Amino acid sequence: MLSFLARRLLSSIPVVGAVLALCFLLVRIAPGSPFATERSLDPATQIMLEKKYGLSGTLPEQLFRYGSNVLRGDLGDSLKFRGRTVGEIIGQSLPRSLLLGSIAFTLALGLGIPLGAWAAAHHGKKTDSLLNSFALLTLSTPTFVLAPVSVLLFSFGLKLLPPAGWGTLSQLILPAICLAIPFVGVCARLTRGGLLETLGSDFIRTARAKGVSENKLVYLHALRPAILPLVAYAGPLAANILTGSLVIEEVFAIPGIGQFFVNGVINRDVFLVSGVVLVYCLLLLFFNLLADWLTAMLDPRIRLSS
Amino acid sequence: MKPSRSTWIILGFLAILVSAAVFGPAVSPYGVGELSSNRLTPPSPHHWLGTDLHGRDLLIRLMYGARISLLVGFVGASISLLIGVAYGLTAGYLGGRTDNLMMRAVDVLYALPRIVLVIVLISLFDLKLKNLFDGTFLTAFANHARLLLLFVGLGMVEWLTLARIVRAQVLTIKERPFVLSSRLIGQSTPVILFRQILPQVLPIVITYLTLALPAVILEESFLSFLGLGVQAPLASWGTLLADGASMLNPIDTPWWLIVFPATALVVCLLSFNLLGDQLRRLGTDSGR
Repeated sequence: MLSFLARRLLSSIPVVGAVLALCFLLVRIAPGSPFATERSLDPATQIMLEKKYGLSGTLPEQLFRYGSNVLRGDLGDSLKFRGRTVGEIIGQSLPRSLLLGSIAFTLALGLGIPLGAWAAAHHGKKTDSLLNSFALLTLSTPTFVLAPVSVLLFSFGLKLLPPAGWGTLSQLILPAICLAIPFVGVCARLTRGGLLETLGSDFIRTARAKGVSENKLVYLHALRPAILPLVAYAGPLAANILTGSLVIEEVFAIPGIGQFFVNGVINRDVFLVSGVVLVYCLLLLFFNLLADWLTAMLDPRIRLSS
Repeated sequence: MKPSRSTWIILGFLAILVSAAVFGPAVSPYGVGELSSNRLTPPSPHHWLGTDLHGRDLLIRLMYGARISLLVGFVGASISLLIGVAYGLTAGYLGGRTDNLMMRAVDVLYALPRIVLVIVLISLFDLKLKNLFDGTFLTAFANHARLLLLFVGLGMVEWLTLARIVRAQVLTIKERPFVLSSRLIGQSTPVILFRQILPQVLPIVITYLTLALPAVILEESFLSFLGLGVQAPLASWGTLLADGASMLNPIDTPWWLIVFPATALVVCLLSFNLLGDQLRRLGTDSGR
């Protein structure tokens, strides 16, 4: 277990480094300057600004400087939100995205797994094909469709929930649901597929022969190995959903990390973008690791070392 | 398993969609950019789906939007297909250190948010491509340089999953006797790759295409929704939806500007996903 952890952590270091370097370079070579405003900047000021933020010199020099700063825990200053460090911005906005994301993640799994199991238990019947169509429908309804439509319907039409903002519980409901729905279908389909495969295996036949009830069979015996594919999918999903949805935050005016990220990319705010990408990358690696560990826990045949 | 009736219904529906995109504008009495004084009128016999803020007919804009969305989908998915298959074939067949390195690169690209890649690609080459086209026989395309880049960019970020799938397939296929024997009789690597292995992975690739199509359409709409994709005066379903969403207000929202683009997008994505689902089922059933 420990050696597995150590090996995985060691092998992720180059990935994190490569992602961060690539991201930094891409934003730096993109045309447009982070210091550009409506008025044209005089070259002397530009040079001063670049020097101040450590963006002078050749690209490898800049990258090296940034890399060594990151290693010391300094993510740099935001170039557009003057006077705020990237660390501050992430520290303020990430918890909001994390809260919203974890609710949505729980919703996606909490709805998806039972729906998938239900469909598998009624394999080949009307319920199954109905649930399958429903899953495909949620898959085909992206958040940027769901968000405006649900605001139109639930906030302005039925006047049930507030259309935007952040701070109260009722303001969380609509964005969390909109964020979760597209993934409910995927989770349900993965659960169903895994279950159908497991239900055909020998130990299920044995259990059935012993007289275990059909419900117990599906929900207790088969579900545990059956959600393995879902676990593999849920790792990246968690990283994605937790780092905030750009669209949801835009439509519902939530000051989360996704908004800062999009603005950062548009403004060529290189430190902000790289900082957010670093957070995302670390989360992704963490959840992938967690998923692998969970997989080994759920299926004793899988060894962590392999 | 024969294609079921629902497959034909979906195919028929998609055919209608494509022909509406292709021929619809010729039939419509309105021009795509035609302004009128009927601003924000709800659906009526004159404007079936209503008009927008500038009095433009929504139906004709949706049909033009379908052109862009479908085109982006087809071209983007095809590009991702080409790259993904070539990459997966090479990595899987060569194996060893090369494979390791190539798949590591895929891991890195996976961890990099796609939106960064697409935006950088577009902003890097937008002007260059425009200047390149200008003055040559391709002048007509100069103004659509951005659109062209969007195609390529989306294709270039969508291939990762396919590369992984193809590689995994190739890993098992290349150990099969027929590949070994063709190596034994001295066939060259390209021949083995394209004549022996490629036909074996093709069914999966075709299934993937039907799933990549909606993915690319979705990605384009998403970028356009954020204002990073298709630029005015062109409109895709994503920008139309974004226009509608920007007019959300508690007093008097023009609901048709949201509901119709949303419906068009969802129904289109759903049809492609259903089709992909059917194809996949066809594949697994015949494989058993």
